Amino acid sequence: MSLRNIGIVYRKELTEALRDRRTLITTFLVPLLMIPVLGAGFTSVMSAVIGSAKREKAKVAIVGGEDSPAAVDALKRNPKLNVLEASGDWKKQVIDKKIRAAVEIPPHFQNDLAKGQADTVKINVYGGELKSEMAAANAESTLKEYRDSIATERLAASHLSAELLKPFEVKRQNIAPPEKTAGAILGGIIAYMLILMCLQGAMHPAIDLTAGEKERGTMETILSSPVSRTHLVLGKFLLVVTASLITAVLLLFSVSVSTTVLQKSGALNQLAEEGEPVPQLALKPAAIGSVMIMTVPLSVLFSAGLITIALFAKSHKEAQSYIAPLMFLVVIPAISAMLPGVELTPKLAIVPLLNVSLLCKELVTGEYHWNYIAIIFASTCVYAAGALYLAVKMFQRESVLFRS
Amino acid sequence: MDSAQEAISEERTVIEAVNLSKTFQDKKRGEVKAVDDVSFVCRPGEIYGLLGANGAGKTTTLRMLATILEPTEGTARLCGHDVVEHPERVRQHCGFLSTATALYPRLTAYEMVAYFGQLNGLDRATLEKRIDEIFDRLDMNGFRDRRCDKLSTGMKQKTSIARTLVHDPPVMIFDEPTLGLDIMTARTIIEFIRECRDRGKTVIFSTHVMSEVEKLCDIIGIIQNGKLLAEGTIEQLRQRHGLQNMEEIFVKIVTPHYKEAV
Repeated sequence: MSLRNIGIVYRKELTEALRDRRTLITTFLVPLLMIPVLGAGFTSVMSAVIGSAKREKAKVAIVGGEDSPAAVDALKRNPKLNVLEASGDWKKQVIDKKIRAAVEIPPHFQNDLAKGQADTVKINVYGGELKSEMAAANAESTLKEYRDSIATERLAASHLSAELLKPFEVKRQNIAPPEKTAGAILGGIIAYMLILMCLQGAMHPAIDLTAGEKERGTMETILSSPVSRTHLVLGKFLLVVTASLITAVLLLFSVSVSTTVLQKSGALNQLAEEGEPVPQLALKPAAIGSVMIMTVPLSVLFSAGLITIALFAKSHKEAQSYIAPLMFLVVIPAISAMLPGVELTPKLAIVPLLNVSLLCKELVTGEYHWNYIAIIFASTCVYAAGALYLAVKMFQRESVLFRS
Repeated sequence: MDSAQEAISEERTVIEAVNLSKTFQDKKRGEVKAVDDVSFVCRPGEIYGLLGANGAGKTTTLRMLATILEPTEGTARLCGHDVVEHPERVRQHCGFLSTATALYPRLTAYEMVAYFGQLNGLDRATLEKRIDEIFDRLDMNGFRDRRCDKLSTGMKQKTSIARTLVHDPPVMIFDEPTLGLDIMTARTIIEFIRECRDRGKTVIFSTHVMSEVEKLCDIIGIIQNGKLLAEGTIEQLRQRHGLQNMEEIFVKIVTPHYKEAV
């Protein structure tokens, strides 16, 4: 009768869950669609913004420069710039984004140049604003070209080679393995999403099977059946874990399909400098497998924790208001792991959630530090067991089950 | 009492509450004695009616018998099984029905009853046979595969009854089973309670409706402030208090204690 009853409860909860639209949406639809929708949305917005900035003929004002036509002409020849004469308060115009940038040419610039006196040309830019930065960069490169051409002319006048300007070349090359370049970026995001999905997948069933049951008045019904409370809560818990794991698996599936499609589409080729390998975004099966294994204790932890909390509530709504603050508690360590420079240390390896996030980040990049894997898996199992114990204990308490 | 006699009494007294007490911790009122040293006996083929005002302790008493709540002091035995020591065995021997025992909305009537049959340890063949029998008897085949959230109140009540009957328990516990029901549905329940007695089951039920008591009960226990104030057949109570009307008897017994509570 013992384990059999857990199975009976589990099967019944599964039947009900599969008939619940909300559970189906949070467990199946959200993880499957989140990555493609977020990814496609993000990419299209980014390419739209950058594209329009690139296509724009940026308005750039020239302040002064009446006596330096050569420099002004050089700027006017740049097809990406719409060179205007400054009028009125040009600083305000830049700030108000009426013009993208303002180039200040000092008086007598051309004369000074002829005399060999070095003046400073100032480019006024709205720092951090994409279109302004791009216009300023265009103006700057034009002015640098102009400067180089003058230098070359002078060298030629003295019968010297232009090579003198560049006695040697400097070149930067990315030699990080291709999967790591992408993994470092992707790893943090995947860990974050995985934690969020594990929680999200468990949330609705956990509430529905505890507070929801109180709200609908079926708690007293089921408590009058011979099933023991421990078996009852374990059956419920298994269903919540199932939902959480399905959500996590579907998320990983969605991530690997999306990244493979992205890889095959060649969109990543633009990210690589010439002659460098293309970043490998597509997840390796070993990475997916190891991340999945780490997900199991995490799901247990979340499921048991959510059941414990939701059991206190008398209704779905009340449970949601208890669980909302919990989201922050979970999201903060998950986000911290995404920050650059936050790496696994022995101390961080026992911080719940943060340890799993950091480990997932490493696993995705194909690094396996077995010591850490063991510590983190074990510590998460301990936390999960603690949470499950608490959930079972809570289910025995009349003051919780019949809170009025 | 020798052992042979004890065995007979054990068999006959199917429900036996012994100094049953329940204390709750209330934030505002502190310690509240919901049930205070209650003892009574219910025998097979009898309906025991627990009569009391709201908050008198009826629900708590019945919940303790059904092992949904654990007594703080004292105990009770159903068919010889102790509610504190073997709550699971007790639950196998009783069916519990109240207006608070709702159905799972996303299960069909059949699945609902089958779920409780399985939890009661019935094997597949027995379960199917039992369900067919009950569904025929309660005329439930028309909505056998309809989801519980799509059932009418009457159909829901029948499904609840089927749920309590599926394992054919010797003891039936009804906690205000007709509360908030329309007359026709309430009648079904009353009929059902009577039928349980006629089939030799031990029935205990709580109510604050005097007419139900007069119609149904073989033994009446009057409860107020958690204390069992009076007990007996209707005739015994009438003789003892010199009144005919059940309502007047109730008021006469409860009034001194009621004032105390206020």
